[in-house]
Amino acid sequence: MLELELENMASKVLQAFYNDDDVLMHAVKKVKAAKHHIEEVYCPFPVHGLDKAMGLEPTRIAITSFMYGLVGLTVAIVMMNFIMIKDWPQDIGGKPSFSYIQNMPAFVPIMFELTVFFAAHLMVITFYLRSRLWPFKKAENPDVRTTDDHFVMEIEVHDNEKELRNLLSDTGAVEINISEKDLH
Amino acid sequence: MYTVSNRLKIGAIILMIAGFALTFYGFYAAPKTVAQSKEMLKSHGDGHGESHGAEVTVVDEGHGSYSEKAGGHTMTEAEHDEHVFHQLSNKPWAAVYVAAFFFFMIALGVLAFYAIQRAAQAGWSPLLFRVMEGITSYIVPGGIIVFVILVLSVMHQNHLFVWMDKTVVAKDALLQGKAGYLNPTFFLIRAAIFLAGWIGYREYSRKLSLAQDESDDNSNFKLNFRISAAFLVFYLISESIMSWDWIMSVDPHWFSTLFGWYIFASMFVSGITVIAMVTIYLKSKGYLEEVNDSHIHDLAKFMFGISIFWTYLWFSQFMLIWYANIPEEVTYYITRIEDYNLPFFGMVAMNFLFPVLLLMNSDYKRLNWFVVMAGIVILAGHYMDIFNAIMPATVGDQWYIGIPEIGAILFFAGLFIFWIFRALAAAPLQPKRNPFIEESRHFHY
Repeated sequence: MLELELENMASKVLQAFYNDDDVLMHAVKKVKAAKHHIEEVYCPFPVHGLDKAMGLEPTRIAITSFMYGLVGLTVAIVMMNFIMIKDWPQDIGGKPSFSYIQNMPAFVPIMFELTVFFAAHLMVITFYLRSRLWPFKKAENPDVRTTDDHFVMEIEVHDNEKELRNLLSDTGAVEINISEKDLH
Repeated sequence: MYTVSNRLKIGAIILMIAGFALTFYGFYAAPKTVAQSKEMLKSHGDGHGESHGAEVTVVDEGHGSYSEKAGGHTMTEAEHDEHVFHQLSNKPWAAVYVAAFFFFMIALGVLAFYAIQRAAQAGWSPLLFRVMEGITSYIVPGGIIVFVILVLSVMHQNHLFVWMDKTVVAKDALLQGKAGYLNPTFFLIRAAIFLAGWIGYREYSRKLSLAQDESDDNSNFKLNFRISAAFLVFYLISESIMSWDWIMSVDPHWFSTLFGWYIFASMFVSGITVIAMVTIYLKSKGYLEEVNDSHIHDLAKFMFGISIFWTYLWFSQFMLIWYANIPEEVTYYITRIEDYNLPFFGMVAMNFLFPVLLLMNSDYKRLNWFVVMAGIVILAGHYMDIFNAIMPATVGDQWYIGIPEIGAILFFAGLFIFWIFRALAAAPLQPKRNPFIEESRHFHY
């Protein structure tokens, strides 16, 4: 029983291979126009405008990046205030560290660097987590050629394999495979 | 073909007339004698009175002569009165000079941007070339006006440049040491060479750009590419020297090695802002149909980026001088922080905080009205930048954004608008045969 259920969880997908990003873009638009749901597109490089053509929601990573930047700025201010003003005030170049605001120009480079550091690194880490990428993870792409010179569009099949095959071969696919795929 | 609407033309002429009248009044109202200037200060109340002792010793960098003469001790009452009189009689001149340079620098900044697009053979921007060419047309009248002001300074009609005064140089060892470079003749020769180079490139490149439309090969385009690359080399050197001559030398004792870049950042971001604003205006009138949101988006990205670049240079210059705390360098900032506190820090808010926060979001860069609002703040901020560069050395603590300042802004704004839209109406707004026009048309983000 259990085995049967697991088998039902897996679904069939059609994989259409393309060898040109322009052809792929047109294919994506055509498939969307025919009201089919595109599971995923695997590309060897980022294709401009593909997210819009696939109807993906706009990314919110910029918002997280802005917030990480604010965190970095705060960390820099608190850190420099502790190190240079509270814990061990020093007189550098005739500028005694009695108040943060008076010595602020000296801390601006640190404030800037930590803002950038936090924004960039935490944004990358967020991106990896959100894309479910981590070290030693098994690659998800269905065919090694998607890391070289081929693009693969994946469409779930709901008893309409024939119709889909016709549609995809019209869009200039160089190869169409069917395969079983575990749902996440 | 674009034709200038009557409303715009009349608006520009009204600005010019009103500006001219206000500036004229500014000159008329400036004191003619020391006694008049004393009278004026009295009638203003004694807001200045309390701080005299402190000011006179600290704030004097601009008129190097006086601090040299005073040699550490305070001036006598009579010397101070004469000093203030010179500052007040300089005020309308400085107001005209700041506004004249500001609008000239917009055109020069656009010229640099245009030359970079040409030299890079950029694919996105050819649709905007005619807009840029229209704006750069202003370097002819603008450059001539600035040159005339410089000639009048050399002829001692005003005291904007203290090193032009022979009696000052005679008492000043530092200025004597610099006299081989900083002397009126060489100063005017340099200004003439630079203006000739900028105007020459602008006119020649415009000619080639128009000829490309009618031609049946790309030879004009290629030649334009080559002269633009060569021009950029000339421009970077001449712009740097120009900024030392025309702006930095009002404080002849003070120098900063990145000053050329700093002024460049100001003119570049102001220029790009004006390109965006003129493009949006023309689009709102139904011209430039092929220019899409992505073009505006790209210009707004430049406004955002170059604003940060300007801040980077502003801060780099400030921090090194602040940290080193060498007296002859640090006077520059002490004057500005003590006497120009609001314009000096207000400018940083307008040129940095506003653009960063307003233009950070990608979607906002595509909203035309948003770009225009941010652009107005940026332009006002960079006017203040030039104001802060010129005024402390020429009028000291007697600054005020009053009738001559506003009048000069209105006059040059009117002339600028009148001139650039006249140039825009002189040729089709869309280049026909630019090899990249197709790419520019399909430009999307």
